[in-house]
Amino acid sequence: MPLFKQRPQSAYAAFAAGLIDPSRVTPSVIAGPKGKAATRRYNVYRNNVTVSLIEALAAIYPAVQRITGDDFFRAMARSHIRITPPTSPLLFDYGRDFPAFIQQYEYAQSMPWLADTARLERAWLDAYHAADAEPLSSDALAAVRPDRLSDVVFKAHPATRVICSRFSIVTIFAANRGTGPIGRIDASTPDDALITRPDLDVGVRHLPPGGAVFLKSLIAGRTLGEAAACALEVSRSFDIASSIAEMIEAGAFTAAILGDNDDH
Amino acid sequence: MDAANRSEGPAIVPLRFSPLIGGVTGTSFKHEHLPAILAEGKQRDFFEVHAENYMGAGGPPHRALEALRRDHPLSLHGVCMSIGGPQPLNREHLARFRRLVDRYQPALISEHLAWSTHETTYFNDLLPLPYTEATLARVCNHVDEVQNAIRRPILLENPSTYVMFRESTMSETEFIRRIAQRTGCGLLLDINNVFVSATNHGFSPLQYLSAFPLSRVGEIHLAGHAEQFDDEGEPLLIDSHDCPVADPVWQLFETVIRRCGAIPTLIEWDSKIPDWPILKAEAAAARAILDRCYAIAPRAYRHAAV
Repeated sequence: MPLFKQRPQSAYAAFAAGLIDPSRVTPSVIAGPKGKAATRRYNVYRNNVTVSLIEALAAIYPAVQRITGDDFFRAMARSHIRITPPTSPLLFDYGRDFPAFIQQYEYAQSMPWLADTARLERAWLDAYHAADAEPLSSDALAAVRPDRLSDVVFKAHPATRVICSRFSIVTIFAANRGTGPIGRIDASTPDDALITRPDLDVGVRHLPPGGAVFLKSLIAGRTLGEAAACALEVSRSFDIASSIAEMIEAGAFTAAILGDNDDH
Repeated sequence: MDAANRSEGPAIVPLRFSPLIGGVTGTSFKHEHLPAILAEGKQRDFFEVHAENYMGAGGPPHRALEALRRDHPLSLHGVCMSIGGPQPLNREHLARFRRLVDRYQPALISEHLAWSTHETTYFNDLLPLPYTEATLARVCNHVDEVQNAIRRPILLENPSTYVMFRESTMSETEFIRRIAQRTGCGLLLDINNVFVSATNHGFSPLQYLSAFPLSRVGEIHLAGHAEQFDDEGEPLLIDSHDCPVADPVWQLFETVIRRCGAIPTLIEWDSKIPDWPILKAEAAAARAILDRCYAIAPRAYRHAAV
């Protein structure tokens, strides 16, 4: 309180200070009517803020919520909100730091795959809201002369995302986004996930070994030949033809371009 | 139109729908209701959406809104412009809001007399403000800025509040009346908010309504509220939007409509969302009151004019 006396805060600052900080007392700038107290009244705002932000995180991370259970999730979300409240009014953009928070959250240490599952959920929502674009047709490469194929450069679809993990996040994600029963999952298989949204539906699928580095190289603007070389460094058995076909089929790209700017 | 004229400024796009008139009712639009709504085909009703939910680049939200907008008038309801806040409006957010107005040509556009951002934190709630000459001047500047950006007047909504500020020097109705006078904005009268605030602050909702500039009202909101208790153990109403409209709110609504004639009226229901038929029935109940009062309103106006 002495601080307040030295430099009077605006009514707004005083009101804002305690909204997500439970250690603050009810601000003295407000009151109830006819001399009534304002503590429970102020708590309505505190509750609205925290509960609505917990619900915003729950809407972004439903699999994490299902895995941890509601009470665990709400406590974890509440801790995160206090440290990292939103800075944008667009709540579907909130929670980008939540996976990193989960990773170091004391009570989540027994679930080392939880943070990557959250990363996948965040990518899912980004794909959901990404700009619409016509995906590359599945026969797009048929028009390219075989000796020029390695020079083809791809343009990523705005929804395309790649998430790599040491854990079985695609399986965990798929099992926990629905409401059906969940069997036992071996979480220890490394999973690289491709997230796409060619039209309205977001798709999540496994990438083969080497597939993630391959796709990331293509997204970065490397040629098909360069990307294939990167993938083969990771996995000798990487199948270039079937991988690129599957990625095109998934809607990962919007254009295939030859070096001389011929658009195929 | 030649290119030189066009380059003077943004083209004024004509409204595809004339403003709503008469006994039109609407409901909050929820995606899960879309198939049921589309199956019914073209209706008179309008739908209201929270602007922020459609500020993503693309995807299913826009597709749903396009499908809805094809056959129905739209009300664009901004929730987080923070018009009542102490800091300048978020220009990026205002630009996004403007793009939505341009894209969907809503018949109604509204925002709240409230704030939600302080410094860099977005609180995701409609927070109350002190009613002083200084805050009045700032709110008016913010309303001007929004209206200039979208090139249309907005409807400003009265808040529901749980506390009052010691530094306030005028009543909420005076504050709102002066905003409307200075900025030319219209008003969105949320009758549930009036009832909630009246109960919470111990004033008469009818007195509030008699001091409210009803001639400026371009839309009415009705919603359900929940009941808690204040520090003294007396009822504290919460603007929860999660249940049917309460009886005293219906009564106040009828009082307003008898006085003003028919005004586009929206049922707000944002949480514990019911199936479409239940929400639709709530709107039909509002429509019945509008129709009943509309039939008698012209005579009342003739009396008033004599």
